[in-house]
Amino acid sequence: MVPFAYAAAPDQADAIARAAQARGAQFIAGGTDMLQLLQERVTAPSELIDINGLPLAGVDVAQNGVRIGALTRLADVADDEHIRQQYPVVVQALLASASPQVRNMATMGGNLLQRTRCLYFRDVAAPCNKREPGSGCPAQDGVNRMNALLGGSPHCIATYPGDLAVALMAVDAEVEVAGTAGPRRIPIEHFHVVPGATPQIETVLQPGDLITALLLPASAFARRSHYLKVRDRASFEWALASAAVALDTDGSTIRQARVAVGGVATKPWRLSQVEQALAGQPLRADVLRTAAERAGDGAQPRPGNAFKVELMKHTVARALLTVGGQA
Amino acid sequence: MTGAIGQPVSRIEGAAKVTGTAKYAAEFRPPQMAHAALVLSTVPKGRITQIDTAAAERAPGVRAVITHLNAPRLAYNEMPERPVVDPKSGDQLRVFQGPEIFFSSQPVGVVVADTLEQADHAAALVRVAYETSAAATEFDPRRGRPPSEATAKAGRPGGTQRGDADRAFAAAPVKVDAVYVQPREHHNAMEPHATVATWEGDRLTLYDKTQWVDNDRSEIAHVFGIPEENIRVIDPYVGGAFGSGLRTWPHVTIAALAARQVGRPVRLELSRRELYYSVGFRPHTAQRVALGAERDGTLTALVHGAAQQTSTYEEYAEAILDPARMTYACPNVRTIYRLVEMNTNSPCPMRTPGIATGVLALELAMDELAVALGMDPVELRLKNYAERDPEKNLPWSSKELRACYATAAERFGWSRRSPQPRSMRDGGTLVGYGMATAVYPSHRAAAAASATIFANGTALVRSAASDMGPGTYTSMTQVAADTLGMPVDRVRFELGDTDMPKAPVHGGSITMASIGPAVRAACEAVRAKLLALPQQGDRAASGTSAEPAYAGSRPGGAPPYAEILRRHGLDRIEATGEAKPGDEERKFSSYAFGAVFAEVRVDAETGTVRAPRIVGAYDVGRVVNPRLAHSQCIGGMVGGIGMALLEAADWDARYGRVMNANLAEYLVPVNPDVIEIDAVFVPSDDRNFNPIGAKGLAEIALCGVAPAVANAVYHATGKRIRELPITMEKLLA
Repeated sequence: MVPFAYAAAPDQADAIARAAQARGAQFIAGGTDMLQLLQERVTAPSELIDINGLPLAGVDVAQNGVRIGALTRLADVADDEHIRQQYPVVVQALLASASPQVRNMATMGGNLLQRTRCLYFRDVAAPCNKREPGSGCPAQDGVNRMNALLGGSPHCIATYPGDLAVALMAVDAEVEVAGTAGPRRIPIEHFHVVPGATPQIETVLQPGDLITALLLPASAFARRSHYLKVRDRASFEWALASAAVALDTDGSTIRQARVAVGGVATKPWRLSQVEQALAGQPLRADVLRTAAERAGDGAQPRPGNAFKVELMKHTVARALLTVGGQA
Repeated sequence: MTGAIGQPVSRIEGAAKVTGTAKYAAEFRPPQMAHAALVLSTVPKGRITQIDTAAAERAPGVRAVITHLNAPRLAYNEMPERPVVDPKSGDQLRVFQGPEIFFSSQPVGVVVADTLEQADHAAALVRVAYETSAAATEFDPRRGRPPSEATAKAGRPGGTQRGDADRAFAAAPVKVDAVYVQPREHHNAMEPHATVATWEGDRLTLYDKTQWVDNDRSEIAHVFGIPEENIRVIDPYVGGAFGSGLRTWPHVTIAALAARQVGRPVRLELSRRELYYSVGFRPHTAQRVALGAERDGTLTALVHGAAQQTSTYEEYAEAILDPARMTYACPNVRTIYRLVEMNTNSPCPMRTPGIATGVLALELAMDELAVALGMDPVELRLKNYAERDPEKNLPWSSKELRACYATAAERFGWSRRSPQPRSMRDGGTLVGYGMATAVYPSHRAAAAASATIFANGTALVRSAASDMGPGTYTSMTQVAADTLGMPVDRVRFELGDTDMPKAPVHGGSITMASIGPAVRAACEAVRAKLLALPQQGDRAASGTSAEPAYAGSRPGGAPPYAEILRRHGLDRIEATGEAKPGDEERKFSSYAFGAVFAEVRVDAETGTVRAPRIVGAYDVGRVVNPRLAHSQCIGGMVGGIGMALLEAADWDARYGRVMNANLAEYLVPVNPDVIEIDAVFVPSDDRNFNPIGAKGLAEIALCGVAPAVANAVYHATGKRIRELPITMEKLLA
């Protein structure tokens, strides 16, 4: 790894000030992805600001929702009784992430920022626009089984790899961020950005921005939610396709739905066309299946990942059928 | 004899391993040790035109930057005979001896620094320019060429013929003919390869991850042109190897060279990504199998062709076509073997080398034939049961394969299988049952051991063997304890040091059959020596000397061995013993056999495949330790699940690189992928093969699992997948 400065932040203000000043400074929390990136020389921060000492861990339940501190470990959220009851999609996504050991270390805030598993991004002997802007994107015509069907550009088709952020889309979560200009809230849907011509930019965060919490609003549909992850190996693998779904129903009618997919897009991807096809419709298996057919709209498959179009539809359909009690 | 052999003794070094006191190669830390980091080529073929080491040399802590521009010329003396683990033709990669690049991630330099982080950082500062040339990075079987004469002589010929297979195939009333593909696979042992090299004057000590300390010493002696006696190789524990530690790889030379250059001990540990380019792999192979049969299932023709990748600098060849020649009684068999040179590091043996690949194609083809015949797959195999080795025309030294089929079928519940594909379901899940035969040749080699009995009533037995996981420490202790007539807790077995009596390679499942008899010979020798001491007044030894004088802690009696030694004023008595193969290979053909049955569950919508149940019954001769044997067996079977469903290097021909060179994206099974594994041993004791009666176990356990799973997938889905691994896109296509 490339040498870097290391300092544990004494408080939040100091962490933000340092990160805003030092070009190339990055925060480190659980470090489960950061250490891989450092060891393989994928990233070379000038300074690592350790935020583990900041008081940002814990789950707080209020009338209007839940506030999960950014430094809460994935395992602790997965074990939280209130989250289990009120937001099953989140807990299911967490339990499908990584391994128990990794979940004991990884934090909720850091998890949103995990970098892509695109094979070319991770091997520094290969070109990669995300790692080295302008060097090229070999994934377009290379080993791209894991790469994105949705949200790609000629510059990058790297898949956003996480599960949690996809689940958060289904419950209208917000990301609470503190920065040099004070705190603000960013809807999870707008937190990540598509690569376009600047694949090195992955979120709307600015230098000095620090994720402080995830906000899960109380909602009619979060309780009726589900996360389904499809992969080659039964555990400890990123999704080839995943679906996070939530339904708000009035007995036999779907009032509204939330449907997002992972493992198939350059950012956590909301399928509004599927949601629209469900809104106001009767809660029936055929309706759910027909709506799931729309999941492939706009997909841009490549030879190595074309199978994921059908896979994504099946994954969405099954998740909807499960949550709709029609499986 | 009621003794330790056959008892489920717990792994003797188990506590040391789980408490972290077992010391692996990378954990030896001689004083003043420096760290090495490699500089690797980024192109698959070409020449180095320029190396800029200035920034690296200026970096903090750096002691040396060694490239072909400043490295000393190394002797690389030809060995009198190539070690069995090395390819028979071509030349091993010579490190830092010239500008030529043969593959991507070839070592082109090494940086030595005070800390690992300093070395690693400085290595990234070395700038290398190349003149590239067109690389052969596509695996194209049409480019295959016959093996060299040296390889052919070593039992891997370009062609063999028994009867007239092509004519018989043309005339056969029922036939199948298809191509099967095995991708490049990597060993991925948990312990990374590492070498710690220390020079004291002209004497070299290597702590090195290896399956063969003696050969490591010999190879490095020839590389540096120094006497073997000047080198000591130590490696008491191996954290899995699966064949990656058979050879002495270039990084061992690099560590020794770097240590000599900086005048300090140097440690070189390979990263996970580096391992994919440094220690070999199971080669990418395409095979054609054509089977012809009578309508009653009698095989009349078997044509098996294999095209296998190798590197451009070495000809690695493996026993892919052996199973075609000996598994079934077929009068007409032709095999064709071709090698495809590529700009890659050299392949090497990986658990069940060659045989697992050949059995994969053969057993898939047999399943296809059973379908074509409308015959039960087990029946088809019994119909063509080979009562003797049809190729060598020799009797088997032992063969209990019928019992394997019957035992495994019974335990699996094969009778519940409905023959039609897609006919078994569990809700929306397709269920399939499949089976395959497993074979692996049994060999033995010359070995030596020493045995010492101490006056305190304990014994120490030593041989320069290795224990990469099968339990050599434990099983050899059992053999020694029984021969000496002592309890296992009074006997210690040591291995992994060239100062010990010579041992053969720890590979090819030969350890028990080779070193077991040597341990026995050493223990018999020391006992005889002890009993031959003058016997006046020696009650304990006054009886017949055919029985051990010591039979454990006899109530009320001091240990007689110890008593004899004390009476003679000796604190110890030592002897060595040797064992080597006799003429059994001329009289018999020796193989371990097995039958593997697999259940798969396939999600019809997503194509997700799981193999929740595998049953294997094995004929491995005498089982010295049923607990360790079972453990070794289930490990191999898990490897087979990986081969069937998960493992493959994602090769990008544009770069000549393995793109998924890490354990996150190169998938091996994890716990939820392995639900129920049942491994049993049928009664067998092969004294025709060696005096212990054991045939060897490691390799047979992986064999046959992948085809059994693939055949079960066909049964579940009606889709015949002929290219591993069986992933969802192949089933959804």
